Amino acid sequence: MKADEIKAMILEVIHEIVPDEDLSDLKPDVRIRDQIEMDSMDFLDIIMELRKRYGITVPEDDYMKLSTLDSSVAYLEPLMKDI
Amino acid sequence: MPNEARIVITGIGLTAPIGNNLAEFRQNLLAGKSGVGTIETHYMGEVIAGVCNFDPLKHQKKKELRRGTRAGSIAVYCAHEAIEDAKLDLDSVDKSRIGIYIGITEHGNVETEHEIYNIKQYDYNIDIWSHHHNPRTVANSPAGEITLNMGITGPHYTLGAACAAGNIGLIQGQQMLILNEVDFALAGGVSETPNTFGVFAAFKNEGALASHPDPTKASRPFDKDRNGVVISEGGCLCVLERLNDAIARGATIYGEIVGYSINSDAFDYILPNPQRQVECMNLALKKAGISASEIDIINTHATATPEGDKAECQAIRELLGNNSHTYINNTKSYIGHTMGAAGTLELVGNLPSFDDYTVHPTINVDNLDPDCALLNLVINEPRKVDKIDYILNNSFGMLGINSALIVKRYAE
Repeated sequence: MKADEIKAMILEVIHEIVPDEDLSDLKPDVRIRDQIEMDSMDFLDIIMELRKRYGITVPEDDYMKLSTLDSSVAYLEPLMKDI
Repeated sequence: MPNEARIVITGIGLTAPIGNNLAEFRQNLLAGKSGVGTIETHYMGEVIAGVCNFDPLKHQKKKELRRGTRAGSIAVYCAHEAIEDAKLDLDSVDKSRIGIYIGITEHGNVETEHEIYNIKQYDYNIDIWSHHHNPRTVANSPAGEITLNMGITGPHYTLGAACAAGNIGLIQGQQMLILNEVDFALAGGVSETPNTFGVFAAFKNEGALASHPDPTKASRPFDKDRNGVVISEGGCLCVLERLNDAIARGATIYGEIVGYSINSDAFDYILPNPQRQVECMNLALKKAGISASEIDIINTHATATPEGDKAECQAIRELLGNNSHTYINNTKSYIGHTMGAAGTLELVGNLPSFDDYTVHPTINVDNLDPDCALLNLVINEPRKVDKIDYILNNSFGMLGINSALIVKRYAE
Protein backbone atom coordinates (compact mmCIF):
# COMPACT_ATOMS: atom_id res chain seq x y z
CA MET A 1 0.00 0.00 0.00
CA LYS A 2 1.33 3.42 -0.92
CA ALA A 3 1.29 6.55 1.23
CA ASP A 4 -1.79 8.10 -0.42
CA GLU A 5 -3.67 4.79 -0.17
CA ILE A 6 -2.77 4.48 3.50
CA LYS A 7 -3.99 8.01 4.12
CA ALA A 8 -7.28 7.26 2.35
CA MET A 9 -7.63 4.07 4.38
CA ILE A 10 -7.05 5.91 7.68
CA LEU A 11 -9.63 8.54 6.75
CA GLU A 12 -12.11 5.80 5.86
CA VAL A 13 -11.54 4.10 9.21
CA ILE A 14 -11.89 7.39 11.11
CA HIS A 15 -15.11 8.14 9.23
CA GLU A 16 -16.54 4.78 10.33
CA ILE A 17 -15.57 5.46 13.93
CA VAL A 18 -16.80 9.06 14.14
CA PRO A 19 -19.42 9.23 11.37
CA ASP A 20 -20.82 12.59 12.48
CA GLU A 21 -17.51 14.42 12.05
CA ASP A 22 -16.54 16.40 8.95
CA LEU A 23 -13.09 15.17 7.90
CA SER A 24 -12.68 17.33 4.81
CA ASP A 25 -10.62 19.98 6.60
CA LEU A 26 -8.52 17.62 8.69
CA LYS A 27 -4.99 19.06 8.81
CA PRO A 28 -2.46 16.26 8.21
CA ASP A 29 0.16 17.63 10.57
CA VAL A 30 -2.05 18.48 13.56
CA ARG A 31 -3.11 15.99 16.25
CA ILE A 32 -6.29 14.31 15.01
CA ARG A 33 -7.97 14.33 18.42
CA ASP A 34 -7.49 18.12 18.63
CA GLN A 35 -9.49 18.60 15.46
CA ILE A 36 -12.45 16.30 15.84
CA GLU A 37 -14.45 14.82 18.69
CA MET A 38 -12.63 11.58 19.33
CA ASP A 39 -11.90 9.94 22.67
CA SER A 40 -9.50 7.23 23.75
CA MET A 41 -12.04 4.46 23.11
CA ASP A 42 -12.48 5.76 19.54
CA PHE A 43 -8.70 5.77 19.12
CA LEU A 44 -8.60 2.14 20.22
CA ASP A 45 -11.08 1.44 17.42
CA ILE A 46 -8.44 2.57 14.92
CA ILE A 47 -5.96 0.13 16.47
CA MET A 48 -8.62 -2.61 16.32
CA GLU A 49 -9.43 -1.92 12.67
CA LEU A 50 -5.76 -2.18 11.69
CA ARG A 51 -5.62 -5.52 13.48
CA LYS A 52 -8.82 -6.81 11.90
CA ARG A 53 -8.23 -5.60 8.37
CA TYR A 54 -4.49 -6.07 7.97
CA GLY A 55 -3.29 -8.13 10.92
CA ILE A 56 -1.17 -5.19 12.10
CA THR A 57 -0.54 -5.04 15.83
CA VAL A 58 0.44 -1.61 17.09
CA PRO A 59 2.23 -1.84 20.47
CA GLU A 60 0.96 0.58 23.11
CA ASP A 61 4.32 2.37 23.14
CA ASP A 62 3.74 3.33 19.50
CA TYR A 63 0.24 4.81 19.92
CA MET A 64 1.71 8.33 19.92
CA LYS A 65 2.98 7.73 16.41
CA LEU A 66 -0.59 7.61 15.20
CA SER A 67 -1.49 11.03 16.55
CA THR A 68 -1.58 12.90 13.22
CA LEU A 69 -2.48 11.80 9.70
CA ASP A 70 1.08 12.39 8.48
CA SER A 71 2.70 10.55 11.39
CA SER A 72 0.26 7.67 10.94
CA VAL A 73 1.14 7.31 7.28
CA ALA A 74 4.86 7.48 8.07
CA TYR A 75 4.50 4.82 10.78
CA LEU A 76 2.30 2.47 8.75
CA GLU A 77 4.02 2.75 5.36
CA PRO A 78 6.84 0.29 6.09
CA LEU A 79 4.42 -2.06 7.84
CA MET A 80 2.02 -2.03 4.90
CA LYS A 81 4.40 -1.99 1.95
CA ASP A 82 3.52 -5.56 0.96
CA ILE A 83 -0.24 -5.25 1.55
CA MET B 1 -53.47 10.36 50.93
CA PRO B 2 -51.39 13.59 50.93
CA ASN B 3 -50.65 14.91 47.45
CA GLU B 4 -46.90 14.47 48.12
CA ALA B 5 -47.48 10.72 48.16
CA ARG B 6 -49.75 10.68 45.11
CA ILE B 7 -47.77 9.90 42.00
CA VAL B 8 -49.11 10.58 38.54
CA ILE B 9 -48.10 9.81 34.96
CA THR B 10 -47.62 13.01 32.98
CA GLY B 11 -45.62 11.95 29.93
CA ILE B 12 -45.31 8.84 27.78
CA GLY B 13 -42.63 7.88 25.25
CA LEU B 14 -42.79 4.53 23.56
CA THR B 15 -41.79 2.38 20.67
CA ALA B 16 -43.59 -0.87 19.93
CA PRO B 17 -43.94 -3.09 16.86
CA ILE B 18 -47.24 -1.25 16.15
CA GLY B 19 -46.36 2.33 16.93
CA ASN B 20 -43.78 4.89 17.89
CA ASN B 21 -46.07 7.04 20.03
CA LEU B 22 -49.16 6.43 22.16
CA ALA B 23 -51.66 7.68 19.57
CA GLU B 24 -50.33 5.34 16.89
CA PHE B 25 -50.08 2.46 19.35
CA ARG B 26 -53.65 2.94 20.57
CA GLN B 27 -55.02 3.31 17.06
CA ASN B 28 -53.52 -0.03 16.04
CA LEU B 29 -54.72 -1.72 19.24
CA LEU B 30 -58.27 -0.66 18.46
CA ALA B 31 -57.85 -1.68 14.82
CA GLY B 32 -56.68 -5.16 15.84
CA LYS B 33 -53.43 -4.83 13.89
CA SER B 34 -50.56 -7.19 14.67
CA GLY B 35 -46.99 -5.92 14.42
CA VAL B 36 -45.32 -9.32 14.48
CA GLY B 37 -43.07 -10.26 11.57
CA THR B 38 -39.78 -12.06 11.10
CA ILE B 39 -36.08 -11.28 11.47
CA GLU B 40 -32.82 -13.02 10.64
CA THR B 41 -30.81 -14.12 13.61
CA HIS B 42 -27.40 -15.74 14.06
CA TYR B 43 -27.35 -19.51 13.62
CA MET B 44 -31.15 -19.89 13.47
CA GLY B 45 -31.99 -18.00 10.27
CA GLU B 46 -35.47 -16.52 10.04
CA VAL B 47 -37.43 -16.36 13.28
CA ILE B 48 -40.79 -14.85 14.21
CA ALA B 49 -40.34 -11.63 16.18
CA GLY B 50 -41.73 -8.18 16.80
CA VAL B 51 -39.43 -5.36 15.74
CA CYS B 52 -39.77 -1.57 16.12
CA ASN B 53 -39.24 0.89 13.29
CA PHE B 54 -38.60 4.17 15.13
CA ASP B 55 -35.93 6.46 13.68
CA PRO B 56 -32.92 6.16 16.02
CA LEU B 57 -31.29 9.22 14.44
CA LYS B 58 -34.17 11.39 15.64
CA HIS B 59 -32.47 11.77 19.02
CA GLN B 60 -28.99 10.25 18.65
CA LYS B 61 -25.87 10.84 16.61
CA LYS B 62 -24.49 8.07 14.43
CA LYS B 63 -21.56 7.72 16.79
CA GLU B 64 -23.87 7.11 19.74
CA LEU B 65 -25.53 4.31 17.80
CA ARG B 66 -22.14 2.75 17.11
CA ARG B 67 -20.91 3.04 20.68
CA GLY B 68 -24.11 2.09 22.44
CA THR B 69 -26.63 -0.73 22.31
CA ARG B 70 -30.06 -1.24 20.75
CA ALA B 71 -31.58 -1.21 24.25
CA GLY B 72 -29.87 2.11 24.90
CA SER B 73 -31.13 3.50 21.64
CA ILE B 74 -34.70 2.43 22.43
CA ALA B 75 -34.32 3.97 25.90
CA VAL B 76 -33.00 7.28 24.54
CA TYR B 77 -35.83 7.46 22.00
CA CYS B 78 -38.48 6.77 24.66
CA ALA B 79 -36.91 9.24 27.12
CA HIS B 80 -36.94 12.12 24.63
CA GLU B 81 -40.49 11.37 23.53
CA ALA B 82 -41.69 11.11 27.16
CA ILE B 83 -40.06 14.40 28.18
CA GLU B 84 -41.50 16.10 25.11
CA ASP B 85 -44.93 14.60 25.77
CA ALA B 86 -44.78 15.86 29.36
CA LYS B 87 -43.96 19.33 28.00
CA LEU B 88 -40.91 19.47 30.24
CA ASP B 89 -38.17 21.89 29.27
CA LEU B 90 -35.01 20.12 30.43
CA ASP B 91 -33.12 23.42 30.51
CA SER B 92 -35.49 24.85 33.09
CA VAL B 93 -35.53 21.94 35.54
CA ASP B 94 -32.84 20.68 37.91
CA LYS B 95 -31.43 17.74 35.98
CA SER B 96 -29.87 16.31 39.13
CA ARG B 97 -33.42 15.74 40.42
CA ILE B 98 -34.46 13.49 37.54
CA GLY B 99 -34.14 9.76 38.21
CA ILE B 100 -34.03 7.09 35.51
CA TYR B 101 -35.40 3.67 36.44
CA ILE B 102 -35.60 1.11 33.67
CA GLY B 103 -36.85 -2.44 33.95
CA ILE B 104 -34.99 -5.05 31.95
CA THR B 105 -35.53 -8.75 31.48
CA GLU B 106 -31.89 -9.20 30.50
CA HIS B 107 -29.14 -7.07 29.08
CA GLY B 108 -25.79 -7.97 27.57
CA ASN B 109 -26.77 -11.18 25.82
CA VAL B 110 -26.97 -9.45 22.46
CA GLU B 111 -23.60 -7.77 22.79
CA THR B 112 -21.84 -10.87 24.13
CA GLU B 113 -23.24 -13.12 21.42
CA HIS B 114 -22.25 -10.58 18.81
CA GLU B 115 -18.66 -10.46 20.04
CA ILE B 116 -18.41 -14.26 20.09
CA TYR B 117 -19.83 -14.38 16.56
CA ASN B 118 -17.31 -11.72 15.57
CA ILE B 119 -14.21 -13.43 16.96
CA LYS B 120 -15.34 -16.71 15.40
CA GLN B 121 -14.61 -15.05 12.02
CA TYR B 122 -11.05 -14.56 13.31
CA ASP B 123 -10.59 -18.10 14.63
CA TYR B 124 -11.49 -17.03 18.17
CA ASN B 125 -8.62 -14.55 18.39
CA ILE B 126 -9.53 -12.62 21.53
CA ASP B 127 -7.40 -9.68 20.40
CA ILE B 128 -10.39 -8.87 18.19
CA TRP B 129 -12.79 -8.73 21.18
CA SER B 130 -14.16 -5.18 21.36
CA HIS B 131 -13.01 -2.82 24.09
CA HIS B 132 -16.60 -1.51 23.99
CA HIS B 133 -17.88 -4.79 25.39
CA ASN B 134 -17.88 -3.74 29.05
CA PRO B 135 -19.63 -0.37 28.79
CA ARG B 136 -22.18 -2.00 26.50
CA THR B 137 -22.93 -4.90 28.81
CA VAL B 138 -22.91 -3.40 32.30
CA ALA B 139 -26.46 -3.76 33.56
CA ASN B 140 -27.09 0.00 33.92
CA SER B 141 -26.17 0.56 30.26
CA PRO B 142 -29.60 1.37 28.75
CA ALA B 143 -30.35 3.87 31.54
CA GLY B 144 -26.85 5.31 31.45
CA GLU B 145 -27.10 6.01 27.73
CA ILE B 146 -30.02 8.34 28.47
CA THR B 147 -27.91 10.35 30.93
CA LEU B 148 -25.09 10.70 28.41
CA ASN B 149 -27.43 11.76 25.64
CA MET B 150 -29.58 14.16 27.68
CA GLY B 151 -27.18 15.44 30.32
CA ILE B 152 -29.35 14.15 33.17
CA THR B 153 -27.25 13.94 36.34
CA GLY B 154 -29.70 12.33 38.77
CA PRO B 155 -29.59 8.62 39.64
CA HIS B 156 -29.87 6.05 36.87
CA TYR B 157 -30.05 2.30 36.98
CA THR B 158 -31.91 -0.66 35.62
CA LEU B 159 -34.01 -3.17 37.48
CA GLY B 160 -33.49 -6.77 36.48
CA ALA B 161 -36.84 -8.43 37.01
CA ALA B 162 -37.37 -10.90 34.15
CA CYS B 163 -40.64 -10.18 32.37
CA ALA B 164 -42.13 -8.38 35.35
CA ALA B 165 -39.58 -5.61 34.83
CA GLY B 166 -41.81 -3.06 33.06
CA ASN B 167 -44.11 -2.79 36.06
CA ILE B 168 -41.17 -2.75 38.42
CA GLY B 169 -39.46 0.18 36.68
CA LEU B 170 -42.63 2.20 37.30
CA ILE B 171 -42.88 1.04 40.91
CA GLN B 172 -39.28 2.07 41.55
CA GLY B 173 -39.94 5.51 40.07
CA GLN B 174 -43.03 5.92 42.22
CA GLN B 175 -41.15 4.95 45.37
CA MET B 176 -38.23 7.30 44.71
CA LEU B 177 -40.70 10.19 44.22
CA ILE B 178 -42.50 9.37 47.46
CA LEU B 179 -39.12 9.30 49.24
CA ASN B 180 -38.41 12.72 47.71
CA GLU B 181 -35.16 11.40 46.21
CA VAL B 182 -36.07 12.99 42.87
CA ASP B 183 -38.63 15.41 41.42
CA PHE B 184 -39.21 13.58 38.15
CA ALA B 185 -38.82 9.92 37.30
CA LEU B 186 -38.29 8.54 33.83
CA ALA B 187 -39.53 5.04 34.53
CA GLY B 188 -40.56 1.99 32.58
CA GLY B 189 -38.84 -0.78 30.66
CA VAL B 190 -36.94 -1.63 27.50
CA SER B 191 -36.05 -4.75 25.52
CA GLU B 192 -33.58 -5.51 22.73
CA THR B 193 -34.07 -9.26 23.09
CA PRO B 194 -34.87 -10.20 19.44
CA ASN B 195 -31.21 -9.57 18.63
CA THR B 196 -30.09 -12.47 20.78
CA PHE B 197 -30.39 -15.94 19.28
CA GLY B 198 -29.87 -17.54 22.70
CA VAL B 199 -33.25 -16.51 24.07
CA PHE B 200 -34.98 -17.86 20.95
CA ALA B 201 -33.05 -21.12 21.09
CA ALA B 202 -33.76 -21.62 24.77
CA PHE B 203 -37.50 -21.00 24.35
CA LYS B 204 -37.49 -23.30 21.31
CA ASN B 205 -35.76 -26.12 23.16
CA GLU B 206 -38.11 -25.63 26.09
CA GLY B 207 -41.06 -26.05 23.70
CA ALA B 208 -42.22 -22.51 24.37
CA LEU B 209 -41.34 -20.57 21.18
CA ALA B 210 -44.31 -19.62 19.02
CA SER B 211 -44.52 -21.01 15.51
CA HIS B 212 -47.15 -20.28 12.86
CA PRO B 213 -47.11 -20.03 9.07
CA ASP B 214 -48.47 -16.47 9.41
CA PRO B 215 -46.30 -14.47 11.86
CA THR B 216 -49.15 -12.06 12.59
CA LYS B 217 -51.12 -15.01 14.01
CA ALA B 218 -48.24 -16.45 16.04
CA SER B 219 -48.93 -14.59 19.29
CA ARG B 220 -52.31 -16.01 20.37
CA PRO B 221 -52.90 -15.97 24.11
CA PHE B 222 -55.98 -17.92 25.28
CA ASP B 223 -56.39 -19.66 21.92
CA LYS B 224 -56.52 -23.45 22.01
CA ASP B 225 -53.76 -23.66 19.39
CA ARG B 226 -51.32 -21.30 21.09
CA ASN B 227 -47.85 -22.77 21.17
CA GLY B 228 -45.53 -20.26 22.78
CA VAL B 229 -43.97 -16.84 23.03
CA VAL B 230 -43.21 -14.35 20.25
CA ILE B 231 -40.07 -12.47 21.28
CA SER B 232 -40.18 -8.75 20.60
CA GLU B 233 -38.31 -5.56 21.19
CA GLY B 234 -39.78 -2.33 22.47
CA GLY B 235 -39.63 0.33 25.09
CA CYS B 236 -41.83 2.58 27.13
CA LEU B 237 -40.82 5.25 29.60
CA CYS B 238 -43.21 7.40 31.59
CA VAL B 239 -42.60 10.73 33.23
CA LEU B 240 -43.80 10.35 36.81
CA GLU B 241 -44.11 13.18 39.28
CA ARG B 242 -45.83 14.12 42.51
CA LEU B 243 -49.41 15.26 42.05
CA ASN B 244 -48.74 18.70 43.57
CA ASP B 245 -45.92 19.36 41.12
CA ALA B 246 -47.98 18.18 38.18
CA ILE B 247 -50.87 20.46 39.12
CA ALA B 248 -48.54 23.41 39.73
CA ARG B 249 -47.07 23.21 36.25
CA GLY B 250 -50.39 22.46 34.57
CA ALA B 251 -49.32 19.03 33.34
CA THR B 252 -51.66 16.66 31.52
CA ILE B 253 -52.31 13.71 33.82
CA TYR B 254 -52.76 10.30 32.21
CA GLY B 255 -53.54 8.55 35.46
CA GLU B 256 -52.48 8.01 39.05
CA ILE B 257 -50.54 4.98 40.26
CA VAL B 258 -52.56 3.93 43.27
CA GLY B 259 -51.55 0.36 43.92
CA TYR B 260 -48.70 -1.98 43.28
CA SER B 261 -47.19 -5.19 44.53
CA ILE B 262 -44.27 -7.48 43.89
CA ASN B 263 -44.01 -10.99 45.32
CA SER B 264 -42.24 -14.28 44.67
CA ASP B 265 -43.54 -17.77 43.95
CA ALA B 266 -40.63 -19.48 45.72
CA PHE B 267 -41.72 -22.48 43.67
CA ASP B 268 -40.00 -23.08 40.31
CA TYR B 269 -37.52 -21.58 37.82
CA ILE B 270 -40.04 -21.23 35.00
CA LEU B 271 -43.44 -22.58 35.99
CA PRO B 272 -46.03 -20.04 37.22
CA ASN B 273 -47.88 -20.30 40.51
CA PRO B 274 -51.49 -19.06 40.34
CA GLN B 275 -51.82 -18.87 44.12
CA ARG B 276 -48.96 -16.37 44.38
CA GLN B 277 -50.39 -14.44 41.42
CA VAL B 278 -53.70 -14.02 43.27
CA GLU B 279 -51.81 -12.94 46.37
CA CYS B 280 -49.90 -10.42 44.27
CA MET B 281 -53.05 -8.89 42.77
CA ASN B 282 -54.72 -8.81 46.19
CA LEU B 283 -51.73 -7.02 47.69
CA ALA B 284 -51.95 -4.34 44.98
CA LEU B 285 -55.68 -3.94 45.63
CA LYS B 286 -55.03 -3.59 49.34
CA LYS B 287 -52.47 -0.84 48.70
CA ALA B 288 -54.98 0.90 46.44
CA GLY B 289 -57.66 0.56 49.11
CA ILE B 290 -60.18 -0.95 46.71
CA SER B 291 -61.82 -4.31 46.16
CA ALA B 292 -61.37 -6.54 43.11
CA SER B 293 -64.88 -5.67 41.92
CA GLU B 294 -63.79 -2.06 41.38
CA ILE B 295 -61.20 -2.96 38.74
CA ASP B 296 -62.52 -2.21 35.25
CA ILE B 297 -59.74 -3.74 33.13
CA ILE B 298 -57.15 -6.38 33.86
CA ASN B 299 -54.43 -6.40 31.22
CA THR B 300 -53.15 -9.95 31.46
CA HIS B 301 -49.53 -10.98 31.35
CA ALA B 302 -50.43 -14.09 29.29
CA THR B 303 -47.65 -14.88 26.81
CA ALA B 304 -49.43 -17.66 24.88
CA THR B 305 -47.67 -20.57 26.52
CA PRO B 306 -50.10 -23.41 27.23
CA GLU B 307 -49.43 -23.54 30.97
CA GLY B 308 -48.80 -19.85 31.66
CA ASP B 309 -52.10 -18.62 30.24
CA LYS B 310 -54.04 -21.29 32.08
CA ALA B 311 -52.40 -20.43 35.40
CA GLU B 312 -53.12 -16.71 35.07
CA CYS B 313 -56.75 -17.40 34.15
CA GLN B 314 -57.07 -19.59 37.22
CA ALA B 315 -55.64 -16.76 39.33
CA ILE B 316 -57.98 -14.16 37.83
CA ARG B 317 -60.99 -16.44 38.28
CA GLU B 318 -60.11 -16.85 41.92
CA LEU B 319 -59.63 -13.08 42.32
CA LEU B 320 -62.85 -11.99 40.64
CA GLY B 321 -65.28 -14.81 41.35
CA ASN B 322 -68.24 -15.50 39.07
CA ASN B 323 -70.04 -12.18 39.16
CA SER B 324 -67.48 -9.70 38.04
CA HIS B 325 -67.93 -6.81 35.61
CA THR B 326 -64.15 -6.55 35.11
CA TYR B 327 -63.02 -6.73 31.48
CA ILE B 328 -59.99 -8.86 30.69
CA ASN B 329 -57.69 -8.23 27.75
CA ASN B 330 -54.18 -8.88 26.49
CA THR B 331 -51.71 -6.81 24.48
CA LYS B 332 -49.05 -9.40 23.62
CA SER B 333 -51.38 -10.78 20.96
CA TYR B 334 -50.53 -7.66 18.89
CA ILE B 335 -46.88 -7.02 19.65
CA GLY B 336 -45.53 -10.29 21.02
CA HIS B 337 -43.68 -10.35 24.29
CA THR B 338 -41.62 -7.19 24.61
CA MET B 339 -39.91 -8.66 27.68
CA GLY B 340 -38.61 -5.88 29.93
CA ALA B 341 -40.81 -3.33 28.16
CA ALA B 342 -43.96 -5.47 28.31
CA GLY B 343 -45.30 -4.30 31.67
CA THR B 344 -45.06 -0.60 30.84
CA LEU B 345 -46.10 -0.84 27.18
CA GLU B 346 -49.14 -2.97 27.94
CA LEU B 347 -50.28 -0.75 30.78
CA VAL B 348 -49.84 2.39 28.74
CA GLY B 349 -51.71 0.89 25.77
CA ASN B 350 -54.75 0.72 28.05
CA LEU B 351 -54.55 4.23 29.55
CA PRO B 352 -56.45 5.94 26.69
CA SER B 353 -59.48 3.88 27.70
CA PHE B 354 -60.00 6.42 30.52
CA ASP B 355 -61.01 8.81 27.73
CA ASP B 356 -62.28 6.66 24.87
CA TYR B 357 -64.26 4.23 27.07
CA THR B 358 -63.07 1.36 24.92
CA VAL B 359 -61.35 -1.85 25.95
CA HIS B 360 -59.00 -3.15 23.30
CA PRO B 361 -59.43 -6.88 22.71
CA THR B 362 -56.97 -9.71 22.67
CA ILE B 363 -56.64 -10.76 19.03
CA ASN B 364 -55.93 -14.07 17.29
CA VAL B 365 -58.46 -16.04 19.34
CA ASP B 366 -59.98 -18.41 16.77
CA ASN B 367 -60.74 -21.25 19.18
CA LEU B 368 -61.00 -20.06 22.74
CA ASP B 369 -59.41 -22.51 25.15
CA PRO B 370 -62.16 -23.48 27.63
CA ASP B 371 -59.56 -23.22 30.42
CA CYS B 372 -59.10 -19.55 29.47
CA ALA B 373 -62.77 -18.66 28.92
CA LEU B 374 -62.87 -15.93 31.54
CA LEU B 375 -65.98 -13.91 32.15
CA ASN B 376 -65.78 -10.63 30.18
CA LEU B 377 -62.68 -11.64 28.25
CA VAL B 378 -62.62 -9.16 25.37
CA ILE B 379 -61.87 -11.11 22.20
CA ASN B 380 -61.06 -9.92 18.69
CA GLU B 381 -63.36 -6.85 18.75
CA PRO B 382 -63.01 -3.76 20.97
CA ARG B 383 -65.68 -3.31 23.62
CA LYS B 384 -67.36 0.03 24.34
CA VAL B 385 -68.03 0.45 28.04
CA ASP B 386 -69.73 2.96 30.33
CA LYS B 387 -66.89 3.66 32.70
CA ILE B 388 -63.21 2.97 33.23
CA ASP B 389 -61.82 4.08 36.58
CA TYR B 390 -59.22 1.45 37.47
CA ILE B 391 -56.82 -0.60 35.34
CA LEU B 392 -54.79 -3.44 36.80
CA ASN B 393 -51.73 -4.59 34.88
CA ASN B 394 -50.15 -7.99 35.52
CA SER B 395 -46.52 -8.77 34.70
CA PHE B 396 -44.90 -12.01 35.74
CA GLY B 397 -41.43 -13.41 35.14
CA MET B 398 -39.09 -16.35 35.46
CA LEU B 399 -37.81 -17.46 38.85
CA GLY B 400 -41.32 -16.71 40.06
CA ILE B 401 -41.44 -12.92 40.19
CA ASN B 402 -44.95 -11.46 40.07
CA SER B 403 -46.01 -7.84 39.86
CA ALA B 404 -49.32 -6.01 39.64
CA LEU B 405 -49.84 -2.30 39.14
CA ILE B 406 -53.08 -0.37 39.49
CA VAL B 407 -53.65 2.95 37.77
CA LYS B 408 -56.67 5.09 38.53
CA ARG B 409 -58.35 7.65 36.33
CA TYR B 410 -57.15 10.97 37.67
CA ALA B 411 -59.65 12.74 39.88
CA GLU B 412 -58.89 15.51 42.36
